[in-house]
Amino acid sequence: MNQPSLLHVLTPKWRTVRQRLRQERAAGGGGKLVVLALVGSAFWAGVFGLLYYILRYFRGVEELGPLLASKMLGIALLSFVSILILSNVITALSSFFLAKDLDLLVAAPVDWLRLYLAKLAETLVHSSWMVALMTVPILAAYGVVYRGGFLFIPYAVAVVLPLLVLPAVLGSALTLVLVNVFPARRTRDLLSIIALGAAAGVILLFRLIRPEQLARPEGFRNLLDFIAVLRTPTSPFLPSEWAARSIMGYLRHEFDPLPLILLWSTAAGFITLGAMLHRQLFTAGFTKAQEGAERFVRGVLWRRTVGSILFALPVAKREFVLKDIKLFFRDTSQWSQLILLAVLVVVYLFNINALPLHRGEPVGFFYVTLVSFLNLGLAGFVLASIAARFIFPAVSLEGRQMWLLRSSPLDLRALLWSKYWVGTIPLLVLALLLTGLTNVLLDVSLFMMVVGLVTITALTLAVAALALCYGTLYPQFETENAAQIPTSFGGLVFMMTTVALLAAVIFSLWQAVYAYVQAVNEHRPVAVDGWMMFFFAVGATLCIVATAVPLRIALRKMETFEF
Amino acid sequence: MIRLEGLTKHYGSFVALDHITVHVPRGVLYGCLGPNGAGKTTMLRMIAGILRPTDGRVLIGGDDVQVDSIAAKMRLGFIPDRPFVYDKLTGAEFLRFVAGLYGQEGDVVERRAAELLEVFELSSWKDELIEAYSHGMRQKLIISSALIHRPECIVVDEPMVGLDPKGARLLKDIFRQFVDRGGTVLMSTHTLEVAEVMCDQIGILQHGKIVAHGTMAEIRLAHAAGNASLEELFLKLTGGHAVRELVEVLGR
Repeated sequence: MNQPSLLHVLTPKWRTVRQRLRQERAAGGGGKLVVLALVGSAFWAGVFGLLYYILRYFRGVEELGPLLASKMLGIALLSFVSILILSNVITALSSFFLAKDLDLLVAAPVDWLRLYLAKLAETLVHSSWMVALMTVPILAAYGVVYRGGFLFIPYAVAVVLPLLVLPAVLGSALTLVLVNVFPARRTRDLLSIIALGAAAGVILLFRLIRPEQLARPEGFRNLLDFIAVLRTPTSPFLPSEWAARSIMGYLRHEFDPLPLILLWSTAAGFITLGAMLHRQLFTAGFTKAQEGAERFVRGVLWRRTVGSILFALPVAKREFVLKDIKLFFRDTSQWSQLILLAVLVVVYLFNINALPLHRGEPVGFFYVTLVSFLNLGLAGFVLASIAARFIFPAVSLEGRQMWLLRSSPLDLRALLWSKYWVGTIPLLVLALLLTGLTNVLLDVSLFMMVVGLVTITALTLAVAALALCYGTLYPQFETENAAQIPTSFGGLVFMMTTVALLAAVIFSLWQAVYAYVQAVNEHRPVAVDGWMMFFFAVGATLCIVATAVPLRIALRKMETFEF
Repeated sequence: MIRLEGLTKHYGSFVALDHITVHVPRGVLYGCLGPNGAGKTTMLRMIAGILRPTDGRVLIGGDDVQVDSIAAKMRLGFIPDRPFVYDKLTGAEFLRFVAGLYGQEGDVVERRAAELLEVFELSSWKDELIEAYSHGMRQKLIISSALIHRPECIVVDEPMVGLDPKGARLLKDIFRQFVDRGGTVLMSTHTLEVAEVMCDQIGILQHGKIVAHGTMAEIRLAHAAGNASLEELFLKLTGGHAVRELVEVLGR
């Protein structure tokens, strides 16, 4: 029998993408495209600008410059490869074992090699597109600074492509082995924990080795030591190192084909080995992945603890909150993100603690207050990212069960209320801890401590409301993976709006706090004047409006949902 | 009990339902039949308050589903055709949750849940996460959830899908008893034998319009169908004879 072409096996995938684009266009998605293009361009321009500035500086440094440029590229590519391996492990589980089209493909007379290649391509595209886009401004900056010319573009593509293939094959192979080794239903949970634990470990390790010391050559015994460190490749066996060498060789007109040959031959070898492994293990793994769970749960603990605390609430609200908490803690892909969150908080506090504010020369009151104030913005951004991950998807995750909620007499306000507070209370606790602890580390005054805590409380309430609102305006009811929801267009718009809110609130409050800082600096008594009150009022109004209006919009939108 | 007045639904330029007016009195089991895409599911979802009508209204026990939605929905139990439920809850937790949505809790709910799980042979599965349930078990759980708050009327889309013969028989008995006690059931089905045996009244939908409505005898009389079976009537009214000829050609 003639086997269908690889393109034919992938037809439903690319046709779905094309159809989705058409629907977007038909639904007047032009504005969306413009916003995406603007944000994307701004991001690219930012990365390009920063790198261009650094690389131009490097270029002017004799001997050391090219080494630093090469090292930086190597580190960037190594980070990308590490992220891609993790991302491919997770994506491969969905595309090779849980995707909806697998029943059809496995039941059809499609041979194992086509199935492998089709699913590998799907995994590669799903997990690598963001990294691929990220490499564009980076390599563009290298190309422009080192005058690579137009031929550098196809050359860079030829280098990056195998670098994307390698983690895809490796990630898929790891998943294949894991699915075969661990109990089927636990594999997904295990993978979530392993991947997030590994990511958290990498972040923690990277931060604790204090890479900023590399930027301080005075820490090395002499310049030769420093150059020696830079000259040493991270490891001659790392594909990211081959890619960096290949690109720098081309750009410095010292072309050496070996790294490129190594990249392509290794990618081809990996695909062959991956295909062989797939042939051996896929059928058994796929069968295992179909097996049902055997897990008895009584849920008495939640009922007795959270249920008792919420006893004063009406039964519908109480059951709804209990349901949301149970679902969160029973879904490993959800709660395991808390590991990453905890690490980020530790790194955040570590960074604040590492600031050279209270070492050596005493730093002025002005700078401590300024840092504490800017810290509010940073903490707000961290909270926005967490809200994007946990609160933004809340409405989307109800999608398939919306038939039940809409056909029951549940008041939509109760639903919104539950979603809002279940997300906001933990966020608020975190926000207060983060701001309180950093302010203690910064040794700020009582006034700034109070301003900080009140501001972060108001910002948290607003950020949570915005997350819920945008999650309702841009729901992703068909997505099965909650982790993909925040990366949607709605998630992007939410982050943009939140950043604008943070900037506006911090700007207005700084106007108020500046008068206080000036007064303390000049040893004058602090005068609470009309302007100070006005700017505090502006900040408070912004937060109140950003809380009340989004919640109202979310409710209106929810009332129009049809299923 | 269930009254549809000029119910209309447009999806863009496509008319899914076109001025449907039906009254299902208390104590009646009403069957809604029609070919695929006739508008049955749209109609049922509008009755349940999941979809908003483009025009017209739905009254349940006199309360408008869109205006007095809480009062109307308190009387209703809805069973969808696709059993999407929270995978990470157990069967017992799901029933407790649904009862909570209707403002019910405590021992009454626990007893009722235990009874329903027993009737549908899910007692041994009650503390197991729903993700491990089969399609049929999920369907039974959803049927239980529609009954947990003791509704006055049940709206059900394709009730027999996924049920084993024992479950299907059980459901027929439950619906019959429910109606005999004064409840109202409005169901859509493709299983004409089931509809013929179970339903007191039948409505046949075609292209978003009711093309026949009444008891079997009334429909036969109105369409001069003599002693025709429901299947023959259905094919006659929905243009299925042409399809039957095509099937014969394909079957050769």
